[in-house]
Amino acid sequence: MDLSAINPVLLIASLMVAATPILLAAIGELVVEKAGVLNLGVEGMMIIGAIAGFATAVESGSPTLGFVVAAAAGAALSLLFVFLTQVVLANQVASGLALTLFGLGLSALLGQSYVGVRPPEMAQIQLPVLSDLPFVGPILFSHDPVLYFGIALTAAVGAMLKFTRGGLILRAVGENHDAAHALGYKVVRIRILAILFGGACAGLGGAYISLIRVPQWTEGMTAGIGWIALALVVFASWKPWRALLGAYLFGGVTVMQLNLQAAGVAIPVEYLAMSPYLITILVLVILSADKSRAPAALGRIFHASR
Amino acid sequence: MKLKSLLATAAMTLGLATTGYAEDKTKVGFVYVGPVGDGGWTYEHDQGRKAVVAEFGDKVETVYVENVAEGPDSERVMTQMALDGADLIFTTSFGYMDPTINVAKKFPNVKFEHATGYKRADNVSTYSARFYEGRAVQGTIAGHMTKTNTIGYIGSFPIPEVIRGINSAYIHAKKVNPDVEFKIVWAFTWFDPAKEADAAKVLIEQGADVILQHTDSTAPQAAAQAAGNVVTFGQASDMAEYGPFPRVSSIIDDWAPYYIARTQAVIDGTWSSVDTWDGIGAGMVGIGEISDAVPADVKAEALALKEALASGEYHAFTGPLNKQDGSAWLADGETADDGTLAGMTFYVEGLDGDIPQ
Amino acid sequence: MIRLEKRQQPSRAWSLATPLVAVMATMVMGGLLFAALGKPPIEAIRTIFWEPLFGEFSFYYRPQLLIKGAPLVLIAIGLSLGFKAGIWNIGAEGQYIIGALSGAGVGLAFYPLEAWYVFPLMVLVGALGGWLWAMIPAVLKTKFDTNEILVSLMLVYVAEQLLASMSLGLLKNPQGYGFPGSRNLQQYDSAHNAELIAGTGLHLGVVAALIAVIFAYILLNRHMLGFHIRLTGQAPRAARFAGVNPTRLVLFCLGMSGALAGLAGLFEVSGPAGVVSIDFNVGYGFTAIIVAFLGRLHPVGILLAGALMALTYIGGDIAQSKLGLPSAAIQVFQGMLLFFLLAFDLLTNFRIRFGTPETA
Repeated sequence: MDLSAINPVLLIASLMVAATPILLAAIGELVVEKAGVLNLGVEGMMIIGAIAGFATAVESGSPTLGFVVAAAAGAALSLLFVFLTQVVLANQVASGLALTLFGLGLSALLGQSYVGVRPPEMAQIQLPVLSDLPFVGPILFSHDPVLYFGIALTAAVGAMLKFTRGGLILRAVGENHDAAHALGYKVVRIRILAILFGGACAGLGGAYISLIRVPQWTEGMTAGIGWIALALVVFASWKPWRALLGAYLFGGVTVMQLNLQAAGVAIPVEYLAMSPYLITILVLVILSADKSRAPAALGRIFHASR
Repeated sequence: MKLKSLLATAAMTLGLATTGYAEDKTKVGFVYVGPVGDGGWTYEHDQGRKAVVAEFGDKVETVYVENVAEGPDSERVMTQMALDGADLIFTTSFGYMDPTINVAKKFPNVKFEHATGYKRADNVSTYSARFYEGRAVQGTIAGHMTKTNTIGYIGSFPIPEVIRGINSAYIHAKKVNPDVEFKIVWAFTWFDPAKEADAAKVLIEQGADVILQHTDSTAPQAAAQAAGNVVTFGQASDMAEYGPFPRVSSIIDDWAPYYIARTQAVIDGTWSSVDTWDGIGAGMVGIGEISDAVPADVKAEALALKEALASGEYHAFTGPLNKQDGSAWLADGETADDGTLAGMTFYVEGLDGDIPQ
Repeated sequence: MIRLEKRQQPSRAWSLATPLVAVMATMVMGGLLFAALGKPPIEAIRTIFWEPLFGEFSFYYRPQLLIKGAPLVLIAIGLSLGFKAGIWNIGAEGQYIIGALSGAGVGLAFYPLEAWYVFPLMVLVGALGGWLWAMIPAVLKTKFDTNEILVSLMLVYVAEQLLASMSLGLLKNPQGYGFPGSRNLQQYDSAHNAELIAGTGLHLGVVAALIAVIFAYILLNRHMLGFHIRLTGQAPRAARFAGVNPTRLVLFCLGMSGALAGLAGLFEVSGPAGVVSIDFNVGYGFTAIIVAFLGRLHPVGILLAGALMALTYIGGDIAQSKLGLPSAAIQVFQGMLLFFLLAFDLLTNFRIRFGTPETA
């Protein structure tokens, strides 16, 4: 065993990368759920974003354009969910699951000719002095732009929910859609916007996996990260900054267990591999002492009948 | 019991009947455990299928079903292929072993080929590749290339196949570089590109400057490239898009020669049940081009080893070798028998850590 | 202007007709998809829906429908009880794994003893295993108000790691030359969940699924507990006034769905699958959620939905082999089927009106 082989600076830097796709998708879903809609199709929207972003980046040579298209693709797929849940008022849980099934299949069809292709790289931001600083340099100042975007987005969503009128309306719609409707807010329109935002974020998260974190395209490559993102929203009790914390915690435990293995710590590997999930449950139990509840109208169907 | 045998007979007759119709064309079925787009294990089997099509053209018809779960699903898919008149069926995952035997019993006139298993019957052959020979070549290059004397190894599951590869790589790395050390990380998954990427990064952060992988995605290659000074090897497919550096060579699963030969045997009517375990010599294990990032003398040494392994003059597990606990395994000059290799569940002396149980 | 008007009562006629309409619509859209992929559309649709039921080899495929559908129905019935009450167990996959592991573990512990009590014991322990695994989210929910969706989902991943560890370690076949995976229970008579009538696909898991359907029907329609479940789902506050004990309801619903998922796992591992292996689970626990909703959480509906799902799996595999359709296309096709079923469900609960409403 050689614990000194674990470099905490690099550990933190890499857990930030591991956490980013989960964070992006979770922030999107958080907004969706704040509006009172439960979209279980995150995994499906992520993988569509992953292939759309990958294909665009390969064809155009621009990873940035890839991310833009990935967000658009995620939002486009979420339109199906919009149609089902907001127009024809179908059950949200089932619609979300259908979205995942559909997205996984469609992405595999679209991606057939992209297996084994290498995508263009996205440059990391290198700041002349800051990136070379000891300790904080690698952690804070030498990542790809999307990682910073994820953090900025978290802050923006947090501020939006807390301080703006838009955030207030969103929460009102999520808490009691009938009351919001009576006050004259367009419940359905607001929810549609939230769902599209969620789809775009999931698409971004998926593209982060296929363009930066891995980077390659293979069928089913999101491998359950969409589900983790869903879990994270609940874990964060619908608070953006907690989602950030949770994403880092989850990414951290995952990276940490691999570090412990490489350092030769004599804990059975399969139990180490379970640890991220067990720790999530543990933290969840601790956090559930905090009584901030789910949006009251979460998952309920709204129909403006009088 | 009566009804069962009745149905089995009905199935057989029908199977025979359809085979009769398709006399002019030999029908070859492939059952895949993953998607053909996985870029690794299943992808390479499908390349083998395509080679069969290219070789025989109109004389054969190939069919495949991908993403077939082990267990009852695989049994159903095999039965369906046999009912539809397949003459030869390749089942390409270890977990298909018992289903293959079950279905083969019902269709004595259909030939089955099961990859990586150990159960055979009159109409069931098994085949597998001696990937550990490729690992020996990799280990030699890796031992020379490492500057930190730390080699990282990403394992999937602790099964004999993977353990054999680790041992073989270690023995040959140690031979050329006595100070070498292996850091082994078990991903506990066959397929999770994100996790593989993390595993590679962790190994690199802990000082490894050569990464060997027994998982199929290119994620570790990309991680090595980002690090800048880390050497990798392609796994399952050539992964040439990451050459000439970090990917300096590769092990390629090449099933094409075997699939063509076995299909030919069915066409000729000479097929018989065999247990094939081929390596570099028969072309089942390919060594991808060694790039110029490897010094010329190292490259020559690696190629010489490859030749020796191919001709059979050298065995990758040649004594003196001890097990990890220090007990004697192979005496000087003694080579490992296939039985021990097939079920290898121990590390050789010098490797650290325990194999997860 | 088109608008929706809620029906007083869900339309019986439409609730029967929508599944048919949805299947038709899926056939049309699916046909277009297959044509876009360069495959003969009508042939493909025929292969998926007709071939397994009435094709040349239907004598083989019909029993397979039972084998494929039974675990889906068994799990979905359990889930539907909770879903009706607003208790979301989405970790049935984990309970399925644990049921299989614990039940098979008992069987393997007795190997090679041949005795009548081995199998009943396995069934008992299998159900108990699934029940216990579901009790974790249940107890956490009732004690700490921890979200059961998340806990049950996380426990799926834990169960998967446990499965890998068991098939590589404790339950590994000692005569398997070091290869992963347990002994084959099909070859151990006392532990084998054999077909009751050979060649029919009718094993105890199928029987259990049918019993579960009947049991759920009676429970929901004739029993106080069933009334409480429905009431809690529709009006939680009213339920509390009616004297429903929410803690007991959570424990019952999660426990029941866990036990049934565990049973499904046990019957699968001791019957059709035979071995505990790293990839033993094939996602029945997740597919069953879809089945539960497709069947509108109604026992009979679930039975039909399970059969339909099984049909698309089996027909899909045939279409892959016969027509070279990629498995991804089948997945998209299943997704479409779900979309249409959900979309047309609208007609059951709403009337479509044209023109502007009289009162604005």
